[in-house]
Amino acid sequence: MHPCGDFRTSYRADMTIFPTRASAYACVAGVLLLAAVPLVFDIYVLTLLIQIGYYGVAALGLNILVGFTGQISLGHSAFFGFGAFASAWLNNRFGIPVLLAIPLAGLMTAAVGVLFGVPAARIKGLYLAIATLASQFILQDFFARADWFTGGSAGAAAAPVAVGGFAFDTDQRYFYVVLVAVVAMYLGAANLLRTRDGRALVAVRDHYLSAEIMGINLTRYRILSFGISSFYAGVGGALFGHYLGFVSIEGFDILLSIQFLGMIIIGGLGSIMGSIMGTAFLVLLPEVMETAVKALAASGLGQMQAVADGIVYFKEMAIGLAIILFLIFEPDGLAHRWRQTKAYWKLYPFSY
Amino acid sequence: MATPLLAGRGISLSFGGINALDGVAFAVEKGELFSIIGPNGAGKTSLLNCISGRYRPTRGAVLLDGQDITRRTTNQRAGLGIGRTFQNLALFGHMTVLDNIMVGRHHQLSHGFLTGMIYWIGGAEREEQTHRREVEEIIDFLEIQHIRGEIAGTLPYGLRKRVELARAVALKPRLLLLDEPMAGMNLEEKEDMARYIIDLNEEWGITVVMIEHDMGVVMDISHRVMVLDFGKKIAEGIPEDVQRHPDVRRAYLGADEAALLGTA
Repeated sequence: MHPCGDFRTSYRADMTIFPTRASAYACVAGVLLLAAVPLVFDIYVLTLLIQIGYYGVAALGLNILVGFTGQISLGHSAFFGFGAFASAWLNNRFGIPVLLAIPLAGLMTAAVGVLFGVPAARIKGLYLAIATLASQFILQDFFARADWFTGGSAGAAAAPVAVGGFAFDTDQRYFYVVLVAVVAMYLGAANLLRTRDGRALVAVRDHYLSAEIMGINLTRYRILSFGISSFYAGVGGALFGHYLGFVSIEGFDILLSIQFLGMIIIGGLGSIMGSIMGTAFLVLLPEVMETAVKALAASGLGQMQAVADGIVYFKEMAIGLAIILFLIFEPDGLAHRWRQTKAYWKLYPFSY
Repeated sequence: MATPLLAGRGISLSFGGINALDGVAFAVEKGELFSIIGPNGAGKTSLLNCISGRYRPTRGAVLLDGQDITRRTTNQRAGLGIGRTFQNLALFGHMTVLDNIMVGRHHQLSHGFLTGMIYWIGGAEREEQTHRREVEEIIDFLEIQHIRGEIAGTLPYGLRKRVELARAVALKPRLLLLDEPMAGMNLEEKEDMARYIIDLNEEWGITVVMIEHDMGVVMDISHRVMVLDFGKKIAEGIPEDVQRHPDVRRAYLGADEAALLGTA
């Protein structure tokens, strides 16, 4: 979909991340608008946006692994958790400033991810899924036992991000930390995918035999993909840890791993923008359902015994239902719907 | 005589009890357009797979420019300058034509994922642009400018074949292996493809090893032809000689028909 009158006269203009100049401006404007959010909205909205931010970074990592490289991971939340603990540990144990500890935690998580990605060199599909499931349980067990690293069942304290004397310890301030991280991580992924190694990852997904003929080392790129994916998970987890101020060993279970998968399936496998759209969807859906359930309880229906008993489950069921409906009706995800909407408006009213 | 660019020394390949290749020896000189023909199941593609590295010969050796590459992995061979296309299309279906061809540049590009992620700072942008320019020359040569932005999986068959050729050429191969480049094409597309192959061979100086079933094309454009039958080499030489060879006639026509024609 390329508008008429927009001619590219250099290779540089043809190799941009954004298809048109207008879309680039729209994106910058969107980020600026987001930057203004803390001035306007209350803590509730900020909390949700920060959640979308750190989950979105981790989901993007999973999308690089699943959507772009065509592998599978059922252990993403364990890497997310590892990042959270690693960042807190680096800060508490060695006094490394939090702002530096976050990317370092990402690197540590990447190393762990590479280690657990080694089976990917040999196995694919369902078998790989089971191997990654092992990484989930091994890491969860590690969190529970490694007191020196995680504080064991007591958990670990995570200091707020501070630069000089200025602490990003309120939601309003922390929002900017997350915003900068999200923008940097998403730009990084967009750049990765338009250069050599990103193309190699997609080539491995689309046709691994001819990728090999083109000189791509399959083992290297399959494992690399785990490394990059875990780096994103680690950074996302670190952002999560320093936001809450406390990292507990609970919460990084397989349910969260499945939710990460849900985010990228709903958002669109193999779409960078889809990763954040899907994350937003899955973060906001429970909130919307909460409101709906409250309204339901307050209404006449809430007086009925059956509804009153089941109402607490409605939220969870709705999330499951959303994933199923998406798989059936929108297998390409929100990103695909977004592209279609754009195409529709561009051609309106002549949709042919 | 100079070292041949590609040489096979007694290549044998067996799967279980079946001998797909049996002691095939051949040599391809630099700049040659060399065809491998033979009836179905003769082992042509198996031989190509031994050269490109998908199969490792049970016995024998593959030499590229005098260097034994039998133990090299498939992806290392790409770096040595062996490009290939597949009999059944093997494009990256969800990538654009341009990206498909740029994948062929994998070995020529030096930036990795770290420098790639900081596109504007580490020089990745400049390198991508330089190679984009060279890739555009290949696109121009194969006349696929109009589809460079299309998703490869959506293209019609003839164009996909051409994109696959472009991708193999992007590798800057010294040796180009083509597995049935004309299969499933109409006459006009075949003529185009034959022209591209001749140009690649003569103007770009790429040595070509081609498997093809269309005898008209093979006999027209090949410098030399090798004939395989049941994994054995039965003839090799210039097209005219191969055509007259009695064993070749027997392999293609069967002993009885050959006898009827009075050639066996």
